[in-house]
Amino acid sequence: MNATWSRFNITSIVLGFAFLYLPIVLLIVFSFNESKLVTVWGGFSTKWYVSLFHNQGLMDATWVTARVGVISATVATVLGTLAALTLTRYTRFRGRVLFSGMVFAPLVMPEVITGLSLLLLFVAVGLDRGFLTVTLAHITLTMCFVAVVVQSRLISFDRSLEEAAMDLGATPVKTFFQITLPVIMPAIVSGWMLAFTLSLDDLVIASFTSGPGATTLPMKIYSQVRLGVTPEINAACTILIAVVAVGVIIASVANKRREVQRQLDEQAAQRG
Amino acid sequence: MSNAAVTAASASPATSPGKSILARLGAAFVSRLVIIIPYVWLLFFFLIPFIIVFKISLSQTAIAMPPYTPVLDFSGGISGFFGQLKQLSIDNYAWLTQDALYFNAYVTSLIIAAISTVLTLLVGYPIAYGMARAPATIRPTLLMLVILPFWTSFLIRVYAWIGILKPEGLLNQLLLATGIISQPLIILNTYTAIFIGIVYSYLPFMVLPLYSSLEKMDYSLIEAAKDLGCPPTSAFWKITFPLSLPGVIAGCLLVFIPAVGEFVIPDLLGGSQTLMIGKTLWNEFFANRDWPVSSAVAVILLLLLTVPIMLFQQAQARAQEQDK
Repeated sequence: MNATWSRFNITSIVLGFAFLYLPIVLLIVFSFNESKLVTVWGGFSTKWYVSLFHNQGLMDATWVTARVGVISATVATVLGTLAALTLTRYTRFRGRVLFSGMVFAPLVMPEVITGLSLLLLFVAVGLDRGFLTVTLAHITLTMCFVAVVVQSRLISFDRSLEEAAMDLGATPVKTFFQITLPVIMPAIVSGWMLAFTLSLDDLVIASFTSGPGATTLPMKIYSQVRLGVTPEINAACTILIAVVAVGVIIASVANKRREVQRQLDEQAAQRG
Repeated sequence: MSNAAVTAASASPATSPGKSILARLGAAFVSRLVIIIPYVWLLFFFLIPFIIVFKISLSQTAIAMPPYTPVLDFSGGISGFFGQLKQLSIDNYAWLTQDALYFNAYVTSLIIAAISTVLTLLVGYPIAYGMARAPATIRPTLLMLVILPFWTSFLIRVYAWIGILKPEGLLNQLLLATGIISQPLIILNTYTAIFIGIVYSYLPFMVLPLYSSLEKMDYSLIEAAKDLGCPPTSAFWKITFPLSLPGVIAGCLLVFIPAVGEFVIPDLLGGSQTLMIGKTLWNEFFANRDWPVSSAVAVILLLLLTVPIMLFQQAQARAQEQDK
Protein backbone atom coordinates (compact mmCIF):
# COMPACT_ATOMS: atom_id res chain seq x y z
CA MET A 1 0.00 0.00 0.00
CA ASN A 2 2.95 2.31 0.68
CA ALA A 3 3.92 2.60 -2.95
CA THR A 4 0.48 3.90 -3.88
CA TRP A 5 0.54 6.63 -1.26
CA SER A 6 1.52 9.18 -3.85
CA ARG A 7 2.75 12.73 -3.54
CA PHE A 8 -0.76 13.87 -4.43
CA ASN A 9 -2.22 12.00 -1.46
CA ILE A 10 0.32 13.45 0.93
CA THR A 11 -0.18 16.99 -0.38
CA SER A 12 -3.94 16.82 -0.05
CA ILE A 13 -3.68 15.55 3.51
CA VAL A 14 -1.17 18.21 4.53
CA LEU A 15 -3.24 21.01 2.96
CA GLY A 16 -6.42 19.60 4.45
CA PHE A 17 -5.02 19.48 7.95
CA ALA A 18 -3.50 22.96 7.58
CA PHE A 19 -6.97 24.21 6.64
CA LEU A 20 -8.51 22.45 9.65
CA TYR A 21 -5.94 23.55 12.21
CA LEU A 22 -4.56 26.94 11.14
CA PRO A 23 -7.56 29.02 12.27
CA ILE A 24 -7.51 27.39 15.70
CA VAL A 25 -3.75 27.88 16.05
CA LEU A 26 -4.05 31.56 15.10
CA LEU A 27 -6.86 32.02 17.58
CA ILE A 28 -4.72 30.59 20.38
CA VAL A 29 -1.65 32.64 19.39
CA PHE A 30 -3.58 35.91 19.42
CA SER A 31 -5.03 35.22 22.86
CA PHE A 32 -1.49 35.95 24.14
CA ASN A 33 -1.32 39.23 22.27
CA GLU A 34 -0.34 42.36 24.22
CA SER A 35 -2.22 44.61 21.81
CA LYS A 36 -5.96 45.04 22.04
CA LEU A 37 -6.19 44.45 18.29
CA VAL A 38 -6.72 40.80 17.60
CA THR A 39 -4.89 40.87 14.30
CA VAL A 40 -1.77 42.90 15.02
CA TRP A 41 0.93 41.30 17.11
CA GLY A 42 2.06 43.59 19.94
CA GLY A 43 4.14 41.25 22.08
CA PHE A 44 3.47 38.38 24.47
CA SER A 45 1.08 38.90 27.36
CA THR A 46 -1.24 36.90 29.56
CA LYS A 47 -3.22 39.92 30.67
CA TRP A 48 -6.37 38.81 28.86
CA TYR A 49 -6.46 35.64 30.92
CA VAL A 50 -6.22 37.74 34.09
CA SER A 51 -9.03 40.06 33.02
CA LEU A 52 -11.05 36.98 32.06
CA PHE A 53 -10.99 35.69 35.62
CA HIS A 54 -12.21 39.06 36.85
CA ASN A 55 -15.16 39.00 34.47
CA GLN A 56 -17.92 37.84 36.82
CA GLY A 57 -20.54 37.40 34.08
CA LEU A 58 -18.26 35.10 32.13
CA MET A 59 -17.34 33.05 35.20
CA ASP A 60 -21.02 32.61 36.12
CA ALA A 61 -21.80 31.50 32.58
CA THR A 62 -18.92 29.00 32.71
CA TRP A 63 -20.31 27.49 35.90
CA VAL A 64 -23.82 27.18 34.43
CA THR A 65 -22.41 25.57 31.27
CA ALA A 66 -20.33 23.07 33.21
CA ARG A 67 -23.31 21.98 35.33
CA VAL A 68 -25.65 21.72 32.34
CA GLY A 69 -22.97 19.76 30.47
CA VAL A 70 -22.29 17.20 33.19
CA ILE A 71 -25.94 16.60 34.09
CA SER A 72 -27.22 16.45 30.52
CA ALA A 73 -24.34 14.28 29.28
CA THR A 74 -24.88 11.79 32.11
CA VAL A 75 -28.64 11.45 31.60
CA ALA A 76 -28.18 11.43 27.82
CA THR A 77 -25.64 8.61 28.08
CA VAL A 78 -28.11 6.43 29.99
CA LEU A 79 -30.98 7.20 27.61
CA GLY A 80 -28.78 6.96 24.53
CA THR A 81 -27.41 3.58 25.58
CA LEU A 82 -30.96 2.30 26.11
CA ALA A 83 -31.91 3.65 22.68
CA ALA A 84 -28.88 1.94 21.12
CA LEU A 85 -29.84 -1.37 22.78
CA THR A 86 -33.37 -0.97 21.48
CA LEU A 87 -32.15 -0.30 17.95
CA THR A 88 -29.76 -3.25 17.81
CA ARG A 89 -31.53 -5.84 19.95
CA TYR A 90 -35.23 -5.39 19.31
CA THR A 91 -35.64 -5.58 15.58
CA ARG A 92 -39.36 -6.10 15.72
CA PHE A 93 -41.75 -4.05 17.80
CA ARG A 94 -44.61 -1.74 17.01
CA GLY A 95 -43.37 1.72 16.06
CA ARG A 96 -39.77 0.75 15.40
CA VAL A 97 -39.60 2.84 12.22
CA LEU A 98 -40.85 5.87 14.14
CA PHE A 99 -38.34 5.18 16.89
CA SER A 100 -35.31 4.96 14.62
CA GLY A 101 -36.56 8.05 12.84
CA MET A 102 -36.69 9.95 16.12
CA VAL A 103 -33.15 8.83 16.95
CA PHE A 104 -31.59 9.76 13.61
CA ALA A 105 -33.52 12.92 12.72
CA PRO A 106 -32.09 15.14 15.52
CA LEU A 107 -28.57 14.45 14.19
CA VAL A 108 -29.24 16.53 11.09
CA MET A 109 -32.20 18.66 12.17
CA PRO A 110 -31.37 22.38 11.89
CA GLU A 111 -30.87 23.67 15.40
CA VAL A 112 -33.27 26.59 14.98
CA ILE A 113 -36.14 24.12 14.47
CA THR A 114 -35.21 21.93 17.45
CA GLY A 115 -34.72 25.00 19.64
CA LEU A 116 -38.00 26.64 18.69
CA SER A 117 -40.02 23.44 19.04
CA LEU A 118 -38.59 22.66 22.48
CA LEU A 119 -39.23 26.20 23.65
CA LEU A 120 -42.87 26.00 22.54
CA LEU A 121 -43.20 22.68 24.38
CA PHE A 122 -41.87 24.18 27.61
CA VAL A 123 -44.23 27.15 27.27
CA ALA A 124 -47.15 24.80 26.55
CA VAL A 125 -46.57 22.73 29.69
CA GLY A 126 -45.91 25.86 31.74
CA LEU A 127 -42.28 25.16 32.60
CA ASP A 128 -40.32 28.32 33.40
CA ARG A 129 -37.31 28.75 31.16
CA GLY A 130 -34.01 28.37 32.93
CA PHE A 131 -31.44 25.82 34.01
CA LEU A 132 -33.85 22.86 33.90
CA THR A 133 -35.18 23.58 30.41
CA VAL A 134 -31.70 23.96 28.88
CA THR A 135 -30.66 20.69 30.51
CA LEU A 136 -33.74 18.85 29.20
CA ALA A 137 -33.16 20.25 25.71
CA HIS A 138 -29.52 19.18 25.71
CA ILE A 139 -30.40 15.69 26.93
CA THR A 140 -32.80 15.29 24.01
CA LEU A 141 -30.28 16.45 21.43
CA THR A 142 -27.22 14.63 22.74
CA MET A 143 -28.85 11.27 23.58
CA CYS A 144 -29.22 10.67 19.85
CA PHE A 145 -25.49 11.16 19.29
CA VAL A 146 -24.74 8.79 22.19
CA ALA A 147 -27.15 6.26 20.68
CA VAL A 148 -25.30 6.31 17.35
CA VAL A 149 -21.86 5.93 18.98
CA VAL A 150 -22.93 3.08 21.28
CA GLN A 151 -24.94 1.39 18.55
CA SER A 152 -21.91 1.12 16.26
CA ARG A 153 -20.11 -0.76 19.05
CA LEU A 154 -23.11 -3.00 19.79
CA ILE A 155 -23.38 -4.06 16.14
CA SER A 156 -19.92 -5.63 16.21
CA PHE A 157 -20.55 -7.14 19.65
CA ASP A 158 -20.18 -10.91 19.91
CA ARG A 159 -23.60 -12.06 21.16
CA SER A 160 -22.30 -15.55 21.98
CA LEU A 161 -20.66 -14.09 25.10
CA GLU A 162 -24.07 -13.13 26.42
CA GLU A 163 -25.55 -16.46 25.43
CA ALA A 164 -22.76 -18.23 27.29
CA ALA A 165 -23.45 -16.21 30.41
CA MET A 166 -27.18 -16.88 30.23
CA ASP A 167 -26.61 -20.60 29.64
CA LEU A 168 -24.55 -20.56 32.78
CA GLY A 169 -27.56 -19.18 34.63
CA ALA A 170 -26.97 -15.44 34.74
CA THR A 171 -30.13 -13.35 34.54
CA PRO A 172 -30.42 -10.94 31.58
CA VAL A 173 -29.86 -7.98 33.90
CA LYS A 174 -26.79 -9.59 35.45
CA THR A 175 -25.51 -10.53 32.00
CA PHE A 176 -25.90 -6.96 30.89
CA PHE A 177 -23.94 -5.52 33.80
CA GLN A 178 -21.22 -8.20 33.87
CA ILE A 179 -20.69 -8.91 30.18
CA THR A 180 -22.26 -6.37 27.85
CA LEU A 181 -21.54 -3.18 29.78
CA PRO A 182 -17.79 -3.75 30.28
CA VAL A 183 -17.35 -4.56 26.58
CA ILE A 184 -19.23 -1.51 25.30
CA MET A 185 -17.79 0.77 28.02
CA PRO A 186 -15.28 2.57 25.72
CA ALA A 187 -18.15 3.51 23.39
CA ILE A 188 -20.21 4.70 26.35
CA VAL A 189 -17.32 6.85 27.59
CA SER A 190 -16.79 8.44 24.21
CA GLY A 191 -20.55 8.90 23.92
CA TRP A 192 -20.53 10.77 27.23
CA MET A 193 -17.66 12.97 26.10
CA LEU A 194 -19.35 13.73 22.80
CA ALA A 195 -22.57 14.62 24.64
CA PHE A 196 -20.63 16.84 27.05
CA THR A 197 -18.80 18.76 24.32
CA LEU A 198 -21.98 19.16 22.27
CA SER A 199 -23.70 20.63 25.30
CA LEU A 200 -20.70 22.86 26.03
CA ASP A 201 -20.81 24.07 22.46
CA ASP A 202 -24.46 24.69 21.82
CA LEU A 203 -25.57 28.25 21.20
CA VAL A 204 -28.81 28.04 19.25
CA ILE A 205 -30.82 25.56 21.31
CA ALA A 206 -29.62 27.12 24.56
CA SER A 207 -30.64 30.60 23.36
CA PHE A 208 -34.18 29.39 22.71
CA THR A 209 -34.65 27.31 25.83
CA SER A 210 -32.73 29.21 28.48
CA GLY A 211 -34.11 31.97 30.63
CA PRO A 212 -32.82 34.65 32.97
CA GLY A 213 -30.11 33.40 35.31
CA ALA A 214 -29.14 30.49 33.08
CA THR A 215 -26.92 32.18 30.49
CA THR A 216 -24.49 29.63 29.11
CA LEU A 217 -20.92 30.33 28.02
CA PRO A 218 -21.63 30.13 24.25
CA MET A 219 -24.48 32.61 24.73
CA LYS A 220 -22.11 34.93 26.57
CA ILE A 221 -19.37 34.53 23.97
CA TYR A 222 -21.86 35.10 21.18
CA SER A 223 -23.17 38.34 22.68
CA GLN A 224 -19.59 39.60 23.11
CA VAL A 225 -18.57 38.58 19.57
CA ARG A 226 -21.44 40.66 18.25
CA LEU A 227 -19.92 43.70 19.97
CA GLY A 228 -16.51 43.04 18.46
CA VAL A 229 -13.59 40.66 18.39
CA THR A 230 -11.40 41.02 21.49
CA PRO A 231 -8.40 39.08 22.84
CA GLU A 232 -10.46 38.31 25.94
CA ILE A 233 -12.78 36.10 23.89
CA ASN A 234 -9.72 34.49 22.30
CA ALA A 235 -8.50 33.71 25.84
CA ALA A 236 -11.86 32.25 26.83
CA CYS A 237 -11.88 30.11 23.67
CA THR A 238 -8.30 28.96 24.29
CA ILE A 239 -9.21 27.76 27.79
CA LEU A 240 -12.23 25.88 26.40
CA ILE A 241 -10.05 24.25 23.74
CA ALA A 242 -7.45 23.31 26.36
CA VAL A 243 -10.07 21.72 28.63
CA VAL A 244 -11.49 19.65 25.78
CA ALA A 245 -8.04 18.70 24.45
CA VAL A 246 -6.90 17.49 27.89
CA GLY A 247 -10.13 15.49 28.22
CA VAL A 248 -9.71 13.88 24.82
CA ILE A 249 -6.06 13.04 25.45
CA ILE A 250 -6.80 11.48 28.86
CA ALA A 251 -9.63 9.44 27.37
CA SER A 252 -7.56 8.17 24.46
CA VAL A 253 -4.60 7.27 26.70
CA ALA A 254 -6.95 5.41 29.06
CA ASN A 255 -8.49 3.67 26.08
CA LYS A 256 -5.09 2.63 24.77
CA ARG A 257 -4.10 1.24 28.18
CA ARG A 258 -7.30 -0.75 28.43
CA GLU A 259 -6.70 -2.10 24.95
CA VAL A 260 -3.16 -3.19 25.82
CA GLN A 261 -4.40 -4.76 29.07
CA ARG A 262 -7.11 -6.61 27.16
CA GLN A 263 -4.59 -8.00 24.70
CA LEU A 264 -2.37 -9.13 27.57
CA ASP A 265 -5.39 -10.82 29.20
CA GLU A 266 -6.24 -12.55 25.97
CA GLN A 267 -2.71 -13.82 25.52
CA ALA A 268 -2.66 -15.04 29.12
CA ALA A 269 -5.99 -16.78 28.62
CA GLN A 270 -4.79 -18.48 25.45
CA ARG A 271 -1.70 -19.76 27.19
CA GLY A 272 -4.21 -21.14 29.68
CA MET B 1 -13.51 -11.12 21.84
CA SER B 2 -12.66 -10.60 25.47
CA ASN B 3 -11.74 -13.87 27.11
CA ALA B 4 -11.50 -12.07 30.42
CA ALA B 5 -15.23 -11.51 30.25
CA VAL B 6 -15.87 -15.19 29.64
CA THR B 7 -13.82 -16.24 32.65
CA ALA B 8 -15.67 -13.67 34.71
CA ALA B 9 -18.95 -15.17 33.58
CA SER B 10 -18.00 -18.77 34.30
CA ALA B 11 -16.74 -17.74 37.73
CA SER B 12 -20.21 -16.57 38.71
CA PRO B 13 -22.11 -19.49 40.20
CA ALA B 14 -24.52 -21.22 37.85
CA THR B 15 -27.13 -21.88 40.47
CA SER B 16 -30.44 -21.72 38.65
CA PRO B 17 -30.41 -23.43 35.27
CA GLY B 18 -34.22 -23.49 35.16
CA LYS B 19 -35.39 -19.89 35.47
CA SER B 20 -38.41 -19.25 37.64
CA ILE B 21 -41.52 -17.71 36.16
CA LEU B 22 -40.94 -14.65 38.29
CA ALA B 23 -37.46 -14.11 36.88
CA ARG B 24 -38.80 -14.49 33.36
CA LEU B 25 -41.54 -11.96 34.00
CA GLY B 26 -38.94 -9.63 35.45
CA ALA B 27 -36.77 -10.00 32.35
CA ALA B 28 -39.73 -9.26 30.10
CA PHE B 29 -40.48 -6.17 32.15
CA VAL B 30 -36.86 -4.98 31.97
CA SER B 31 -36.66 -5.47 28.21
CA ARG B 32 -39.91 -3.55 27.88
CA LEU B 33 -38.41 -0.71 29.90
CA VAL B 34 -35.32 -0.61 27.66
CA ILE B 35 -37.62 0.27 24.79
CA ILE B 36 -40.16 2.38 26.63
CA ILE B 37 -37.90 4.86 28.42
CA PRO B 38 -36.07 6.31 25.40
CA TYR B 39 -39.22 5.97 23.30
CA VAL B 40 -41.37 8.02 25.63
CA TRP B 41 -38.61 10.58 26.10
CA LEU B 42 -38.23 11.14 22.35
CA LEU B 43 -42.00 11.21 21.82
CA PHE B 44 -42.38 13.88 24.46
CA PHE B 45 -39.31 15.99 23.71
CA PHE B 46 -38.95 15.50 19.98
CA LEU B 47 -42.22 14.56 18.28
CA ILE B 48 -44.81 16.41 20.38
CA PRO B 49 -42.87 19.71 20.12
CA PHE B 50 -43.23 19.56 16.33
CA ILE B 51 -46.99 19.15 16.69
CA ILE B 52 -47.00 22.20 18.96
CA VAL B 53 -44.97 24.18 16.41
CA PHE B 54 -47.55 23.28 13.77
CA LYS B 55 -50.38 24.26 16.10
CA ILE B 56 -48.87 27.64 16.92
CA SER B 57 -48.13 28.35 13.28
CA LEU B 58 -51.92 28.39 12.86
CA SER B 59 -52.55 30.85 15.67
CA GLN B 60 -52.33 34.62 15.66
CA THR B 61 -49.89 37.01 17.21
CA ALA B 62 -51.11 38.61 20.41
CA ILE B 63 -49.61 41.07 22.80
CA ALA B 64 -49.44 38.72 25.73
CA MET B 65 -47.14 36.16 27.26
CA PRO B 66 -46.86 33.74 25.47
CA PRO B 67 -47.38 36.07 22.50
CA TYR B 68 -50.03 34.15 20.56
CA THR B 69 -53.74 33.47 20.81
CA PRO B 70 -54.58 30.08 22.29
CA VAL B 71 -55.67 27.47 19.75
CA LEU B 72 -56.67 23.83 20.04
CA ASP B 73 -56.66 24.12 23.79
CA PHE B 74 -58.64 21.58 25.80
CA SER B 75 -59.06 23.87 28.80
CA GLY B 76 -62.47 25.02 27.53
CA GLY B 77 -63.80 21.47 27.28
CA ILE B 78 -64.83 19.72 24.07
CA SER B 79 -67.22 22.48 22.96
CA GLY B 80 -64.56 25.10 23.60
CA PHE B 81 -62.18 23.02 21.52
CA PHE B 82 -64.49 22.97 18.54
CA GLY B 83 -65.15 26.68 18.97
CA GLN B 84 -61.45 27.28 18.60
CA LEU B 85 -61.28 25.36 15.34
CA LYS B 86 -62.91 28.37 13.72
CA GLN B 87 -60.13 30.60 14.97
CA LEU B 88 -57.45 28.65 13.17
CA SER B 89 -55.90 30.78 10.52
CA ILE B 90 -53.48 30.25 7.73
CA ASP B 91 -52.66 33.97 7.85
CA ASN B 92 -49.07 33.26 8.80
CA TYR B 93 -48.55 31.07 5.76
CA ALA B 94 -50.29 33.64 3.56
CA TRP B 95 -47.92 36.23 5.04
CA LEU B 96 -44.92 34.10 4.08
CA THR B 97 -46.06 34.02 0.46
CA GLN B 98 -46.83 37.74 0.32
CA ASP B 99 -43.46 38.93 1.50
CA ALA B 100 -40.75 38.09 -1.04
CA LEU B 101 -38.21 38.15 1.79
CA TYR B 102 -39.17 34.68 3.00
CA PHE B 103 -39.26 33.10 -0.45
CA ASN B 104 -35.84 34.58 -1.23
CA ALA B 105 -34.47 33.37 2.09
CA TYR B 106 -35.63 29.79 1.45
CA VAL B 107 -34.25 29.73 -2.09
CA THR B 108 -30.97 31.37 -1.07
CA SER B 109 -30.52 28.91 1.80
CA LEU B 110 -31.08 25.91 -0.45
CA ILE B 111 -28.65 27.28 -3.06
CA ILE B 112 -25.99 28.19 -0.50
CA ALA B 113 -26.30 24.79 1.17
CA ALA B 114 -26.07 23.01 -2.20
CA ILE B 115 -23.00 24.95 -3.35
CA SER B 116 -21.29 24.51 0.03
CA THR B 117 -22.03 20.78 -0.05
CA VAL B 118 -20.35 20.44 -3.45
CA LEU B 119 -17.38 22.52 -2.25
CA THR B 120 -17.07 20.41 0.89
CA LEU B 121 -17.11 17.27 -1.23
CA LEU B 122 -14.38 18.67 -3.49
CA VAL B 123 -12.21 19.58 -0.49
CA GLY B 124 -13.05 16.47 1.52
CA TYR B 125 -12.64 13.79 -1.14
CA PRO B 126 -8.86 14.17 -1.68
CA ILE B 127 -8.34 14.22 2.09
CA ALA B 128 -10.43 11.09 2.66
CA TYR B 129 -8.77 9.36 -0.30
CA GLY B 130 -5.30 10.23 0.96
CA MET B 131 -6.20 8.91 4.40
CA ALA B 132 -7.59 5.67 3.00
CA ARG B 133 -4.40 5.08 0.99
CA ALA B 134 -2.11 6.00 3.89
CA PRO B 135 0.00 3.27 5.52
CA ALA B 136 -2.23 1.34 7.94
CA THR B 137 -0.02 2.29 10.88
CA ILE B 138 -0.71 6.02 10.65
CA ARG B 139 -4.37 5.78 9.66
CA PRO B 140 -5.73 5.87 13.25
CA THR B 141 -3.68 9.02 13.92
CA LEU B 142 -5.00 10.71 10.78
CA LEU B 143 -8.53 9.73 11.75
CA MET B 144 -8.01 11.20 15.21
CA LEU B 145 -6.72 14.43 13.65
CA VAL B 146 -9.88 14.77 11.55
CA ILE B 147 -12.13 14.14 14.54
CA LEU B 148 -10.25 16.43 16.94
CA PRO B 149 -11.49 19.80 15.58
CA PHE B 150 -14.98 18.35 15.93
CA TRP B 151 -14.43 18.42 19.69
CA THR B 152 -13.62 22.13 19.72
CA SER B 153 -16.51 24.50 19.83
CA PHE B 154 -18.33 25.23 16.60
CA LEU B 155 -18.80 28.83 17.72
CA ILE B 156 -15.08 29.21 18.40
CA ARG B 157 -14.12 27.81 15.01
CA VAL B 158 -16.49 30.21 13.25
CA TYR B 159 -15.23 33.08 15.42
CA ALA B 160 -11.63 32.28 14.46
CA TRP B 161 -12.46 33.02 10.83
CA ILE B 162 -13.61 36.57 11.60
CA GLY B 163 -10.05 37.51 12.57
CA ILE B 164 -8.72 35.94 9.38
CA LEU B 165 -11.21 37.27 6.85
CA LYS B 166 -11.91 40.83 7.95
CA PRO B 167 -10.51 43.72 5.84
CA GLU B 168 -7.60 44.35 8.24
CA GLY B 169 -7.45 40.63 9.03
CA LEU B 170 -4.63 38.13 8.73
CA LEU B 171 -5.41 36.94 5.20
CA ASN B 172 -5.40 40.47 3.81
CA GLN B 173 -2.24 41.34 5.74
CA LEU B 174 -0.52 38.32 4.24
CA LEU B 175 -1.70 39.02 0.70
CA LEU B 176 -0.85 42.74 0.94
CA ALA B 177 2.59 42.03 2.40
CA THR B 178 3.44 39.58 -0.37
CA GLY B 179 2.18 42.04 -2.98
CA ILE B 180 -0.41 39.70 -4.45
CA ILE B 181 -3.09 42.31 -3.96
CA SER B 182 -2.90 46.08 -3.52
CA GLN B 183 -6.36 46.59 -2.02
CA PRO B 184 -7.72 44.57 0.89
CA LEU B 185 -10.23 41.97 -0.27
CA ILE B 186 -13.73 42.32 1.14
CA ILE B 187 -14.60 38.76 2.17
CA LEU B 188 -16.21 39.09 5.57
CA ASN B 189 -19.95 39.80 5.41
CA THR B 190 -20.30 38.27 1.95
CA TYR B 191 -21.56 34.93 0.70
CA THR B 192 -17.95 33.87 0.11
CA ALA B 193 -17.36 34.03 3.86
CA ILE B 194 -20.43 31.83 4.42
CA PHE B 195 -19.09 29.24 1.96
CA ILE B 196 -15.72 29.22 3.71
CA GLY B 197 -17.41 28.92 7.10
CA ILE B 198 -19.65 26.02 6.07
CA VAL B 199 -16.87 24.09 4.29
CA TYR B 200 -14.60 24.54 7.29
CA SER B 201 -17.15 23.65 9.97
CA TYR B 202 -18.69 20.68 8.22
CA LEU B 203 -15.55 19.17 6.67
CA PRO B 204 -15.22 16.33 9.24
CA PHE B 205 -18.84 15.30 8.54
CA MET B 206 -17.89 14.84 4.90
CA VAL B 207 -14.47 13.23 5.39
CA LEU B 208 -15.53 10.56 7.90
CA PRO B 209 -18.21 8.76 5.83
CA LEU B 210 -16.07 9.12 2.69
CA TYR B 211 -13.08 7.62 4.48
CA SER B 212 -15.05 4.68 5.84
CA SER B 213 -16.34 3.73 2.38
CA LEU B 214 -12.96 4.32 0.66
CA GLU B 215 -11.11 2.31 3.29
CA LYS B 216 -13.29 -0.75 2.65
CA MET B 217 -12.56 -0.61 -1.06
CA ASP B 218 -10.53 -3.33 -2.72
CA TYR B 219 -7.62 -1.55 -4.40
CA SER B 220 -6.61 -4.54 -6.46
CA LEU B 221 -9.53 -3.53 -8.70
CA ILE B 222 -7.66 -0.34 -9.59
CA GLU B 223 -4.46 -2.26 -10.23
CA ALA B 224 -6.35 -4.69 -12.46
CA ALA B 225 -7.80 -1.75 -14.40
CA LYS B 226 -4.34 -0.23 -14.79
CA ASP B 227 -2.87 -3.54 -15.92
CA LEU B 228 -5.56 -3.70 -18.57
CA GLY B 229 -4.49 -0.27 -19.82
CA CYS B 230 -7.09 1.95 -18.19
CA PRO B 231 -5.78 5.47 -17.54
CA PRO B 232 -5.88 6.57 -13.85
CA THR B 233 -8.59 9.23 -14.30
CA SER B 234 -11.04 6.91 -15.98
CA ALA B 235 -10.19 4.18 -13.45
CA PHE B 236 -11.17 6.68 -10.77
CA TRP B 237 -14.50 7.56 -12.40
CA LYS B 238 -15.32 3.97 -13.35
CA ILE B 239 -14.26 2.19 -10.16
CA THR B 240 -13.29 4.33 -7.17
CA PHE B 241 -16.03 6.92 -7.34
CA PRO B 242 -18.97 4.52 -7.86
CA LEU B 243 -17.72 2.32 -5.01
CA SER B 244 -17.45 5.31 -2.69
CA LEU B 245 -20.97 6.50 -3.58
CA PRO B 246 -22.57 5.45 -0.25
CA GLY B 247 -20.00 7.60 1.55
CA VAL B 248 -20.56 10.48 -0.87
CA ILE B 249 -24.32 10.36 -0.30
CA ALA B 250 -24.03 10.10 3.50
CA GLY B 251 -21.47 12.91 3.64
CA CYS B 252 -23.48 15.22 1.39
CA LEU B 253 -26.66 14.72 3.42
CA LEU B 254 -24.79 15.29 6.69
CA VAL B 255 -23.57 18.63 5.32
CA PHE B 256 -26.57 19.75 3.27
CA ILE B 257 -29.42 19.29 5.75
CA PRO B 258 -27.99 21.23 8.72
CA ALA B 259 -26.44 23.83 6.38
CA VAL B 260 -29.86 24.83 5.02
CA GLY B 261 -31.02 25.92 8.47
CA GLU B 262 -27.62 27.17 9.64
CA PHE B 263 -27.74 30.24 11.87
CA VAL B 264 -24.33 30.86 13.46
CA ILE B 265 -22.29 30.94 10.24
CA PRO B 266 -24.49 33.35 8.23
CA ASP B 267 -24.96 35.50 11.32
CA LEU B 268 -21.29 35.88 12.25
CA LEU B 269 -19.61 35.65 8.85
CA GLY B 270 -22.38 36.74 6.49
CA GLY B 271 -23.26 40.05 8.11
CA SER B 272 -26.60 41.76 7.77
CA GLN B 273 -26.69 41.73 3.97
CA THR B 274 -26.91 37.99 3.49
CA LEU B 275 -30.21 36.22 3.69
CA MET B 276 -30.64 32.72 5.06
CA ILE B 277 -33.73 31.12 6.50
CA GLY B 278 -32.18 30.09 9.83
CA LYS B 279 -31.31 33.71 10.47
CA THR B 280 -34.75 34.86 9.34
CA LEU B 281 -36.40 32.46 11.79
CA TRP B 282 -34.11 33.66 14.58
CA ASN B 283 -34.90 37.33 13.87
CA GLU B 284 -38.64 36.66 13.62
CA PHE B 285 -38.45 35.04 17.03
CA PHE B 286 -35.95 37.12 18.98
CA ALA B 287 -36.20 40.56 17.32
CA ASN B 288 -39.83 40.69 16.17
CA ARG B 289 -41.15 38.39 18.92
CA ASP B 290 -43.53 36.92 16.35
CA TRP B 291 -43.86 33.33 17.52
CA PRO B 292 -46.61 32.26 15.10
CA VAL B 293 -44.72 33.48 12.03
CA SER B 294 -41.45 31.91 13.17
CA SER B 295 -43.37 28.65 13.72
CA ALA B 296 -44.72 28.85 10.18
CA VAL B 297 -41.17 29.46 8.89
CA ALA B 298 -40.04 26.36 10.81
CA VAL B 299 -42.89 24.21 9.43
CA ILE B 300 -42.07 25.13 5.82
CA LEU B 301 -38.35 24.55 6.43
CA LEU B 302 -39.12 21.15 7.90
CA LEU B 303 -41.29 20.27 4.88
CA LEU B 304 -38.48 21.29 2.53
CA LEU B 305 -36.07 19.05 4.43
CA THR B 306 -38.41 16.05 4.76
CA VAL B 307 -37.12 14.30 1.65
CA PRO B 308 -33.37 14.75 2.43
CA ILE B 309 -33.97 13.68 6.06
CA MET B 310 -35.78 10.51 4.93
CA LEU B 311 -32.96 9.76 2.49
CA PHE B 312 -30.51 10.20 5.37
CA GLN B 313 -32.43 7.77 7.55
CA GLN B 314 -32.54 5.21 4.77
CA ALA B 315 -28.79 5.58 4.26
CA GLN B 316 -28.27 5.10 8.00
CA ALA B 317 -30.46 2.00 8.07
CA ARG B 318 -28.65 0.54 5.05
CA ALA B 319 -25.24 1.17 6.59
CA GLN B 320 -26.48 -0.57 9.73
CA GLU B 321 -27.58 -3.61 7.75
CA GLN B 322 -24.21 -3.82 6.00
CA ASP B 323 -22.29 -3.65 9.28
CA LYS B 324 -24.15 -6.63 10.70
